[in-house]
This record gives sequence, C-alpha cells and structure tokens, in this order.
Amino acid sequence: MSSLSDTQRSNARLGLWLFAFYLVLYLGFVLLSAFAAQVMERPVVAGLNLAIVYGFGLIIGALLLALIYGMLCKGEPIDEPSNGRSGSDESQGDLA
Amino acid sequence: MIYDPSWIAVFVFFAFVGATVGLSFFLGRKAKSSAGYFAAHGQIPWAVNGIAFAGDYLSAASFLGICGMIASYGYDGFLYSIGFLAGWIVALFVIAEPMKRLGRFTFADALDAKFDSRGIKAAAGISTLVVSVFYLIPQMVGAGSLIQPLLGFPHWVGVVLVGIVVITIVVTAGMVSTTWVQFLKGSLLVIFSAILVVLLLGRGFTANPDAFESIGPIAEADVAQSEIDGRAVLPNDNGWHQHDDLIRLSRGDGVGYDIFHVQPGGEGQVVLRQAQAITKTEDGVLIDGAPLGRGKSEKELKPVGTIAKLPNGESDSGPLGPISFFNTLGDSEVVLWRSKTVEHEDETKSTVYFQKLTSGNEVLRPGEHPKFADIRGEAFIGKLNFLSLMLALFCGTASLPHILIRYYTVKDGAAARKSTIVGIASIGFFYVLTLYLGLGAMTSGSMDLTDSNMAAPLLARSISTWLFAIISAIAFTTVLGTVSGLILASSGAVAHDLLVGVMGVDLPENKKVRIAKIAAVVVGAIAIVLGILFKEMNVGYLVGWAFSVAASANLPALVMLLFWKATTKEGIVASVLVGMVSSLGWILLSSDTYKSVYGWDPELAYAPFSQPGIVTIPLAFATLVVVSLMTQPRQQTETA
Repeated sequence: MSSLSDTQRSNARLGLWLFAFYLVLYLGFVLLSAFAAQVMERPVVAGLNLAIVYGFGLIIGALLLALIYGMLCKGEPIDEPSNGRSGSDESQGDLA
Repeated sequence: MIYDPSWIAVFVFFAFVGATVGLSFFLGRKAKSSAGYFAAHGQIPWAVNGIAFAGDYLSAASFLGICGMIASYGYDGFLYSIGFLAGWIVALFVIAEPMKRLGRFTFADALDAKFDSRGIKAAAGISTLVVSVFYLIPQMVGAGSLIQPLLGFPHWVGVVLVGIVVITIVVTAGMVSTTWVQFLKGSLLVIFSAILVVLLLGRGFTANPDAFESIGPIAEADVAQSEIDGRAVLPNDNGWHQHDDLIRLSRGDGVGYDIFHVQPGGEGQVVLRQAQAITKTEDGVLIDGAPLGRGKSEKELKPVGTIAKLPNGESDSGPLGPISFFNTLGDSEVVLWRSKTVEHEDETKSTVYFQKLTSGNEVLRPGEHPKFADIRGEAFIGKLNFLSLMLALFCGTASLPHILIRYYTVKDGAAARKSTIVGIASIGFFYVLTLYLGLGAMTSGSMDLTDSNMAAPLLARSISTWLFAIISAIAFTTVLGTVSGLILASSGAVAHDLLVGVMGVDLPENKKVRIAKIAAVVVGAIAIVLGILFKEMNVGYLVGWAFSVAASANLPALVMLLFWKATTKEGIVASVLVGMVSSLGWILLSSDTYKSVYGWDPELAYAPFSQPGIVTIPLAFATLVVVSLMTQPRQQTETA
C-alpha cells in the first residue's frame, strides 16, 4: 500500500499494538475459563468473583482502549498525498 | 404458557412501527442514486452512526437470546456478550480504516479494490449472501417468537410482518432510512433496558420456596410403592418406564396428573419435586396429561424462575445495588430447570421439565450450560468447543457484511473511528445490562419454559405492563433494524457485486437501484420462508453459525489483503471459498444440527465438536497463503 501517509502508518501501528494488548487480555480470560475454571470462582473485589470482574473488565477495557486510540490517533490531512509524505501538522487527537 | 395479548402492547407496538416506516418514507425521497441508496451519501454524522452501529449489532440474538440464555443457565450466556463485544476491537483496530480507504459500497469492493477480479467479486458476493441469510434466520425466528405472546398470533404472522415492513423500508429508502431506524432502535433499546435494570434492582429478590410442590424427604424404597403421600401412582408404561426418576401421581380432581422428579434428599432418602410435562399429540398439546387451556379440565404451564432460599433465610432482599445484586444472588439458592424427552409407543413425545436447585454462585461463573459444561472436565475436546466458539465470536464481528457496510456512511476515517467508539460504548453498556436482565429474569418467577427467548420481555411484564409493551415493541424494532441492514447487504451483493461486477451487466444508476430493490424483495421473501421453517431453533445458536461462517470466509481474506503484500487474487478467492464451504459443511455435519434440524441421531455426526472456528479459520488463512505463493506473478513485483 504505497499510498499511506506517515500519519496513517503510525495510526495503523498504534491500532495493532492496542489490538495485541487486548488480545492478550481476551486470551487470558478464555484460557482461564477453559483450563482453570475454578479460578474464575474466586472472589476478588467487593465479594464479586473473578468471572464477573474479568468479564466486565473486558467490556470496559474495550471502551477504554477505543478512547485511547481515538485520543492518540493523529488527524489525517484532508488531501492524502499519493507518495506517502505527511502533509499535516495536526498533532492533537481528533476526538473532539 | 398461554399469553394474553395486551392492548397497550399492541398500540405501542404499531405506533413504533408506524413511526419508523413513516420516517423511512420521508427520508426516502432523497436517496435516488446508488451512492445515496447504498452509502447514504457519506453524510451521516458520526455520533448518529455510532448509535446506529449499536442498533445494527444488538439484534434479536443479543437482546432476547443472550438474556434468555443467562436466565436459563447463568453466566454462560454472558460469554456471548463478551465475545461479541471483544470482536469490535478487531473491527476498530485492525480493519476499520484500511477498509474505508479501499472500498466504496460493499465488502466485496474492499476485497477487490486492488485486483478488479471477477472471481473475487463472485466469491465475496456469494459469501455476503450466505452469511446474511444465516444471520437473517435467527432474526426472523425471533420475530415470530415475539409476536406470538405479544399479539396472540401464530409464529408465522410475526415472521411475515417483519418481512413486509422491512422490505418496505429498504425498498423505499435504502441506507438512509435503515441508519435512522437503527439509530432510533439503538437508543431506545439501551435507554429502556437501563430503566428496566434500575427497576429490577429496586425490586430486589424475593424467596419463593413454595412455588412448586414437593413431597418428602421420604425413604428411597417408598418410591416403588403404588401409593405415595396418599395418592395413587400412575403405572409406568408407554415410555415412562424408561425414566425411573419420573413419577406421576393422580390428582383428586382427575385433571391429568401431577408429575414429580425424584431427587436425592440425604441418606437413603429422596425428595419428589414437581415437574411439568408437555406432550404433543395429533390432537393437540397436553400439559401434565390434560389439554392445554384455561378451562376447568385444562392446564397450562406454570411460569418459572424462582429463588428457593435467600441468604440468612430472609424472604425479601429489599432494594439492591449493582454489586450487592450479585453477592446476594451468589449466596442464594435458585431453581433452574432442565428437560428430558420421553418417547412414547405411539411415536409421540413428552418433554418433561424438572427442577434443578442450584447454588447462586454456580450461575455466576462459566460452565453451567451443557455446551460449555465440559470446560470443567478434563477432556481436551470439551474445551475445544468452547475455545472454538470464543474464537469465532472474536473474529466474527469484523467479518459481518452488514456491519462492515456501515463504515462507508461517514465522511472519512476519523469519523469512522469516532463512530465505532460511540458504538462500542453503547454496545458495551448494553451488554453489562444483559447480565442483570438475564439474572433478573432467572429470578422473576415469570419465565416461559418453552421459549427462553421471551425471558427479557417477560421480566418486564412482571414489573409493569407498560414496560412489557414498550420493551416488546423495541425488541420488534430491534429485529426490524437488523433485518433491514442484512437485506441491504444482500441486495448490495446481488446488484453491485454479482450482477454488475461478475456478469458485467452495466446499467445506469437508477436501474442499479431498481435491481437492488428487486433483490431486496427476493431476499426478504426467502428470509420469511426460512424464518418459518426454522422456528424451533435456538436464536443464539443460529447466530453462532453466522459468526463462524463469516469469520472463516471473510476475515482471513480481508486481514491478509490488508497486511500481506504477496496476497494474490487467486489466494483471496480460494480462501473465501474454502472458509465458507468448510465452516458450512462442518456445521451441517455436526451433532447439534443432526439433532435439532434433521432429527437424526447426534451420535452419527461426523464433526468431532460443534463449533468449526478453530479449524476453519486457520484453514482459510493457510489456503490463502499457499495459493498466493503458488500464483505469484512471474516478474518480481516491487512494492513500496
């Protein structure tokens, strides 16, 4: 994809890192439930068991990561240059 | 259960439907070109689009199916919520922006953007059609299940009603109206579900140990007598003899019998707990041996969903907070229900529902549902099924054609990102609510044993008729919204990909729109027929199918296209076809399908476990890699 600008590339990289992070969290949940199901029963916080806390955590975590992504992504220039050179100097996140 | 149609519900229901269809006609005048029809002129504001994502995504499966599953089995239904939502991370972080850059109207466009290949258009178009149809079936089945108790009409009426309304909406206005339908539906669903949860927490739990009769504990040997508790024991014949844990006792008024399930009750003792039996005969339905009805010699199924014991023996927990709700439930004892089938000599069958007293903390962790129970065991194969499902759910969201289309209705990449964030927030919040709703329904005393899909609406009914009316209408518009999106995706596949792309039929814009509308009608008609044929099936299960097929057919091709430069068009075509055929084939040869669809002996099934994802998704990836490597262009391609 030769037409990606620098901002698009760094945004994409950010996305992949956040994805990898979430994948690890998700895998943790799935593997624990499959291979160490007893652990999910243990109370962890305020009397709630790990299953509930981890499950809610994954849901809230997805939202948090999405927000982080939105804030850290750099804005893209309106005209995307075709040879990959960044033409924009917008540095704040575009989550208004 | 017999349902009384509620006139409030009918009124509210038609008001909602009328409003959404009216909105559709109003907006419809604007969408004449195919850009307008398919992608709403790229002008939908991102916040609206975000909530529309939620409206699109939160289908009958989410609302009715997951709540129903949680109400029947506890936490395992919530696994679907987690998996469905986690899939959005794949959608947002991996797929979202690259897709937007690549394509115009459909998923097939995205796959084909680099290659302009008829093979890809064909494979992707077919894949879109297949996945959309699989996803449509549970929605239509859900519609029928909703209408039946709401309006008192038979199942097929609901299906036909949804079909007609949706076709009208889609044909008159396409994407613009479906976006607004979904925005409306998404907001209402989340808002009213939140209200329901607040009311539910305010009501708290009530212990109801005497909801059903129980006899005993009595000595185990006494069960073999001809009289128990002063009542005559009906002889075990006609198929009943194969179940010595079921006892039928005669009734003083001679109306049918009372059936009990024999359960262990301490040393050498047993307790008989009331069960309920439905027998389907040629002449109709019998409940506990008496005809179904409300008359003097008739019976109906009793609603279920009770708590046998609250902590400290209290009878009422009082209002609860979001955390004390779980803790109180964890320390209580709930009455779940399981079923078994009794086959009679005249080839009729009885389904007997019996009580399963369960400690509260067992419904608050995974492993209660029969499909997942094996995770608590040692056998690796049992865990494979669970792992495979979680993988399919995770990968499936980003692969659904009707979700992917929505990326194109906003102006640019940034707007697409923002709308997905809003979508995740709404959907995530809703899924948190589902756990409360499901567990609330489990303990509301108003569940219908024969239709777990009704758990959430019936919970609402146990709190307020108005709320029941509104929630049922919202659930119905939920189906409307999802079905609109699906029919749109399919009509796009037919008109844009298959007709124009593959067969090379070139048409002026308004003709393309016309073809798309005709396609919408045809797909809608097919959906109606299938929704009627599949009415017995579990809605959530069917959605799992759609996710598995989508994840196998679409995701590998899309991901490799976006991230691996050596992907060739032959590789893509092969991957889509292999993924689609292998996952479909696996499902059709699995024991669940054998049992629920064909009615054959599940032991004969070929597939070693039910969920194909863990096999077919890697298979599709591997196919793409192998075929691409085999079909590299002869000269070295230089890619910057």
